Amino acid sequence: MTSVDTERTITVTVNGVPREATVPVRRLLSDALRHDLGLTGTHVGCEHGVCGACTVLVDGDPVRSCLMLAVQVAGRTVTTVEGLARDDHQGGQVLHPVQEAFRECHALQCGFCTPGFLMTIAAGLEKRDPAAELTEEEVDDMVGGNLCRCTGYANIKKAVHTAAATMKDAR
Amino acid sequence: MKPAPFRYADPGTLDEALAVLSAEGAGAKVLAGGQSLLPLLSMRLAAPATLVDINGVPGLDAVEVTGDGVTVGALVRHNALLHDDAAARVQPLLARATANVAHPAIRNRGTTVGSIAHADPSGEMTSVLALTDGSVTVATPSGPSTVEWRDLFVGPLETSISGPAVVTSAFFPALPPRSGTAFAEIARRKGDYAVCGAGVVVTLDEDQRVAAVRASYVSVGLTPEVHDLTDAVIGSPVEKADWTAAGELARTLVDPDGDIHASADYRRLLVGVLTGRTLAEAAAEAAAAVTRE
Repeated sequence: MTSVDTERTITVTVNGVPREATVPVRRLLSDALRHDLGLTGTHVGCEHGVCGACTVLVDGDPVRSCLMLAVQVAGRTVTTVEGLARDDHQGGQVLHPVQEAFRECHALQCGFCTPGFLMTIAAGLEKRDPAAELTEEEVDDMVGGNLCRCTGYANIKKAVHTAAATMKDAR
Repeated sequence: MKPAPFRYADPGTLDEALAVLSAEGAGAKVLAGGQSLLPLLSMRLAAPATLVDINGVPGLDAVEVTGDGVTVGALVRHNALLHDDAAARVQPLLARATANVAHPAIRNRGTTVGSIAHADPSGEMTSVLALTDGSVTVATPSGPSTVEWRDLFVGPLETSISGPAVVTSAFFPALPPRSGTAFAEIARRKGDYAVCGAGVVVTLDEDQRVAAVRASYVSVGLTPEVHDLTDAVIGSPVEKADWTAAGELARTLVDPDGDIHASADYRRLLVGVLTGRTLAEAAAEAAAAVTRE
C-alpha cells in the first residue's frame, strides 16, 4: 500500500552536493531551499508562479521552485544560483558567462529578480546551439517569464546577447 | 502564500493511485504538473485533504500519433508537445496552441492533460480539445471510460469527473483533409493569460471554395465552446472570402464576461479581430493543402 504522509525525509543533490532534509509535505521547494538548506540565493517573490524570481534548474530544466513541493525533488538534481559559478580549483570561483554579462551590461539594480533571470537564461543558452544566430524572439521568450521592476529589460537583453557571444567564442 | 496542510502520496502504479484516491475519499486531489494546482493551494483557493502525486506512475508520458489523431498521456509536459513534430503534422493546433501556454519554465513542468482537467476557460488546451472535437480517457476503480469534450466541461475549473478518477490521456483527432489552422492570442505581456485567444479550422472543397469554418476562443465564456462560422463565407472562393464577415458573425455568437483585465465589449471586439486574422492565415494554409493534393 502506498504510504500517505504529512512529513518526509528526502535526499536531493543540490549544486552537486547530496543533501538531506526532513520537511512537511506541504513545504514548497523554494522554502525548502532557503529555510531547510540555507540556500538563500533563490528569491521568493510572488509565490504563485508569475514573477520567476524563484526559478531553479531541476534535472537541468528551469522550473518555478514555488510551484513544486520539496518532496517532489527527492532523488533528483537541483541547481540554484549558488551553483552557477564554477570552482577555479585555486580557492576561488569563475562566474558563469551569464553572470559576467549581467555585471558587464549593468543588467541588475536591486538584484531581487536576478537569480531567477540568471537560471532561466543560463539554461536557455546552454540548451541551444551556440553557433546559431540568437534572435530577438528567442531572447524575449527566454526573459519574458521573469519580472524585473527596476532595471528594465533593455540591459538584461543586452546581457543575454553578450553571454551568448561569450559562449559561442568559448566553443 | 503557503498551502494549507495536506497529506501526500506518490503511488508507483495507476492501480495504487486509484486505491489511494478511493481510500482518501472526496478530499483527495490528483497532482500532475502542479502549475495550476499549486498556485490555487498557495492562495488557499483550494485545500484538498490529500494530494495524490501521479508523477511516478509509469506509462503516462507518451505522445502517440496515428493517422486518426494524437493521444497525449497525462504526464506529457507542454514543452514536449510543443516540440513533437509528428504530433504537429497530424494536428498542427497542438504546437500552435502550446506555444501560447505561459512561459518556458512553466511549460517544462505543466502538463497538457492536467491543464484540460483543470478546466480553466482561460487555458489554451481546453479550447483546442473542443475545437478538434477531442475527448479524454479517465481511469476509475471500475475501469477506464472515455469522456467527450462536450460532456467534460461543466463550469470554470469544474469538470463532470468525480469520485476516485485519474485522467490518463487526451485524444485530439487529426486535422481533416483540405484544412488549415491558426491560433492567436492577445495578452498584456507575452506568456500571460490571454485577454482573448482564438483557434480556428478552415476546410475547403476540391475547388478551393470554403466548405467549413470552426472557431473556439480562450478567456471567452465560462466553458470552451465551438462556434460554426461557415454561414458567413460558405461557397466563397478562398481568395475572395470575407473573413471580416466571419469575425462579425463570431462577435454575435460569443458571450464573454468582463473582469479587471477587459470589459465584455472589449473581449467581443477582440473575438472579431482575432477571428478575421486567424481565418485568413488558416485559409492560406488550407489552400496550400488543396494545391498539394
